[in-house]
Order: sequence, then C-alpha cells, then structure tokens
Amino acid sequence: MDADVSMLEARARAVRARVLRMAHAGKTPHVACALSSVDILIALYFSVLRIDPASPADEARDRLLLSKGHGCMAQYAALVERGFFPEEVLAEYARDGGRLAEHPGPQCVPGIEAATGSLGHGLPMGAGLALAAKVRGQHHRTFVILSDGECYEGSVWEAALFAPAQRLDSLVAIVDYNGWSAMDRTEAVMAPFADKWRAFGWAVQEMDGHDLGAMASALSAAPCEPGRPSAVIARTVKGKGVSFMEDDLEWHYRPPTGDDLRRALAEVGV
Amino acid sequence: MRAAFVRGLTAAARRDPRIMLLTSDLGYKVFDAFAGEFPGRFLNVGVAEANMIGVAAGLALGGMRPFAYSIAPFATLRCLEQIRNDVCYHNLPVSIVGVGGGYSYGPNGPTHHALEDIAVMRALPNMAVVCPGDPAETELAVMAAAARGGPVYLRIGRAGDPVVHRAPPSFQIGQAITIREGRDCTLISTGNILPVALDATDRLRASSVSCGVLNMHTVKPLDEAALHVCSRETRALFTIEEHSRIGGLGSAVAEWCAGNHILGPRLSFGAHDAFAPLTGSQSYLRARNGLTAESVAEMIVAQLARVAQC
Repeated sequence: MDADVSMLEARARAVRARVLRMAHAGKTPHVACALSSVDILIALYFSVLRIDPASPADEARDRLLLSKGHGCMAQYAALVERGFFPEEVLAEYARDGGRLAEHPGPQCVPGIEAATGSLGHGLPMGAGLALAAKVRGQHHRTFVILSDGECYEGSVWEAALFAPAQRLDSLVAIVDYNGWSAMDRTEAVMAPFADKWRAFGWAVQEMDGHDLGAMASALSAAPCEPGRPSAVIARTVKGKGVSFMEDDLEWHYRPPTGDDLRRALAEVGV
Repeated sequence: MRAAFVRGLTAAARRDPRIMLLTSDLGYKVFDAFAGEFPGRFLNVGVAEANMIGVAAGLALGGMRPFAYSIAPFATLRCLEQIRNDVCYHNLPVSIVGVGGGYSYGPNGPTHHALEDIAVMRALPNMAVVCPGDPAETELAVMAAAARGGPVYLRIGRAGDPVVHRAPPSFQIGQAITIREGRDCTLISTGNILPVALDATDRLRASSVSCGVLNMHTVKPLDEAALHVCSRETRALFTIEEHSRIGGLGSAVAEWCAGNHILGPRLSFGAHDAFAPLTGSQSYLRARNGLTAESVAEMIVAQLARVAQC
C-alpha cells in the first residue's frame, strides 16, 4: 500500500507524461478525457485495488472496468506505472499491428479486464461480475469508471436500477464527472446528479476527483454501506494538469503537436 | 419447445454449477421448478434486455455460464450491441435464448415476430446460431450450448411445436441431421418449420419426386460436409425457414454454393421482406408467405419441371 500522497502525485505526473506522449506519437484524440481520469486511476491502482501485477488473473483480485474506454491511454499508462507490462509496449498504441487500440480490446494486455469503447456497457458488465462473485461466495470488489457524458445512455440506468435491487455492495461506480460530453456541457441535463443515484438506491459520495488522498481513503473503504452498491461522483477537470487543455473541449479531439507536447510536459513537471 | 428448453437447462444445471438463467421478465411460471431447484441461479432482471446481456457477460467473465432468455426479437435486436461487444467480442460462454422464432407469436403482431434474428446473429464473429427443429432437439441443443464454452444464439419455437424425433437424435452443434434421404433433390430446413418440410416431401413423393430433408439446425457454423454430400447426390437444393429470405439459412446456403462453384436450381422458402400487414395466427402467417407443405411442394415440382425443359 502506497498511501503517501506526494508519492501518488509523482506517479500521477509520470502517467500524465505518458498519456501526452502517446497522444502525440499516435496522433490520437481524447487526450483531455484521459487526463481527467488519471488521479482516479492512480488512487485505485496504488491505494485501493487488491491486485498483483505478477498474477493478473488471480481469482481473488479486485476488478476494474474503464467503461469510458476512450480514456484508456490513462489506464494503459497507469498499468505500466503499476508494473503490469513494460513501458515499451506503449509504443504499440494506435500503431499498425499493435496491441493497444484507442479503445481497449479484451485482455489486450495484462490488467485490462474487459473491452470497452461503446458507452454504457461497463456498468451492466460490472454488475454481472459483482453478481458472479456473490453467487460463487467470493469477496473481491468490482470498480467501474464511467464518464458523465456516458450517463446519457439508458443502459447505465438499467444497471443503476439492477445493482441496488440485487444488493450488490461489492460494486463501486465511479463517475469521472468532468462536465463535458463530446459536444456540450453535461450539467444542465445531468443535475442534480448525485440525487439521481441516491434515488436509485446507491450509497453516494461526492468528492474532488483530483484529491488523491480523499479518493484513496474513500474508495478503500468501499463498500460504503452494507447491502448497497457505492457511487462516487468524482468532480474532475477535463485535461487536468495541462493549463491550456483544461476545460477546453478542443482537446477532446486534437492530438498534441511537438510544440504542444513540450509545453505540456514542462507543466506536468516531468 | 419452451418446456423442452427448461428440461434441457435443468439437466445441464444439475451437471454444471456454473449454469445460470436470466430472464428479462418473460416466462411466467415457466421457470418455477428451475428456480426452486437452483436457488441463486435464476434471476428475473426485469424488462431491461441491454442490462441482462451486459450482466450475463459480466457473469461469464466471473466464471459462470449464463443463459439469457426473452422473446426472440427482444433477446437479439433490443440489445444487439451488448451481444456484439460484451458477449461475442470477449468470446464468452453466454447463451442467448430467443423464444418464439418466426411467427410463433403470430397474433401479437410484427413487434413480436422474429424474422431477422438469424441474419443478424449469424453476422457476429464467434457466435453459433442454433435453431432446433423440434422439442427433442431443443433439449439436446441446450445441453450442447451449455457445454460449448462460447456464445450461442438458441432460437426456439414456443409451446405445442410438433415432435419429429420419436427417439432422441444424435445432436452436435454444427452437425446437420439427415431426417430423410432423397434421390432427386434436398430440402434443407432450419428451426421450427421442420414439420412443414417433412409434410412437403410426403406430398412430393405422391408427385414421384424423391426429396430428402436435411435439418440444418445450426445455421452457423454451417455443416459444409453435409452440403457437399447433398449437392453431389441430388441435383437441386432448396431451403426453408420461418425467417426473412434475406440473411438466414437460404442466404447462408447460397453463399456456400457461390463460394464452392455449385450451380443448379435453388429456391429459398422464407418470409417476404415485409411486416405482416394483417394480423393472424402462426399458421395463417405461414400460409400468407407460402410456407405450407402444399405450396412448397408445388413450387418444387414446378421448379424441377422448368429445369427439365432447359
């Protein structure tokens, strides 16, 4: 367990730098979407998840699904940071013949539990994983990271009804709430967001999704309430860590140029 | 076939503790005995097919072998992307069970008819498409699906489907069953229309046409060896299915013939490319689409006569 916040911050910087380099080298979009998830992933991989990179298929491991699959650069980079596979593999991102697509394939690399990319799939699958654990008498937890824009999808709310009804308290939904869908602000449609989850029967917490210490302690404590699944609304900033990308929808789409990359890496401090 | 499905699933669940049954709120009283015998392994997930398939995929990722049950169009089309991405992309042992193939839910109207499901399921990588021809095959198909270790679409009839096999046949996914040998032509059938195919060949015999019946219960993977035998030993291949003529068994066989340079007369009997304009029972709707023994036999006789004149 590495709960020391300054150590977590250093790891988050390393992951942000990798994300920026991947987006630049792969000339891919979604750099800002990945940056908003970095701190959530760092808290999970270094303070919360009971996992062992040396045995990624261990039956007793906690599961993590990145339902916002378009943010997977951050997950690939975090898996490298956690030791699941070597840094060199990142060079395969968005390359012909590579293993790392812009949305993760099933078990494309150790540590990826499921393929995602189309929104609204992760929470039902996570509910199924939690149900399997319950039926089989296992005690691991299942974490699912969603985006706020993803919550337009009806299947999210089908699963949101299902999980509390089945008392799946080993299931934790984390919404990376950066305030943007691909074209618009989400707040006018989603608010009051936490109330919706509460009304569906989830144990809800809202927090700053970039406060590594708070995220680590809140998520470690999951399940938050016996008999209920947990929802953590993590308020984040799209493009977090690079001032000229923060809260600017342009960076949902634009790959960083060489000059952008140099400026961004200087800000991240790597 | 519904009762046979439950019998087969019960047998499979007794043998394999990983078997679970999910339904999206359909099958009132049908699963009571199953739920009683296997507590915790039956779940009504509610009227939410997308969630049902996602949950089934998660269960399979977690080591279970779920069956997900609904009326065929809801089980396949409402949640198509979940079947594609969550089940087939991961190649998971999930069986999707569509009850009410073709016009089984006739008077319920076109929302409840399943006429595109084979076409759509067949296009998905890793998916096996199995359409048993009678209750005996249904029971065996369920057990075969439970043992397969990958995605299966199991398309069954409803209640009261006639029994074809007096004794249990040998049943393997991907291995067609020759029900009747013929010298002149072969009628290849899939799913719950099988009894009509057999009636049609009885009528053909009266017109001195010896027509075999090959029951292609698995539309994917297609039994190519059986097709080779039929195309070699009889001079015409016909297909019959209670499904659109677009994309189902007829298309699969036509694709196979084209790919293997097999020419010769072919007719594919199936539903018109249309939503049923008027309401009616399964037998009424079959008749409106030429899916009766009389009509099929007549068309085959006419086709063979036309070929003989050429």
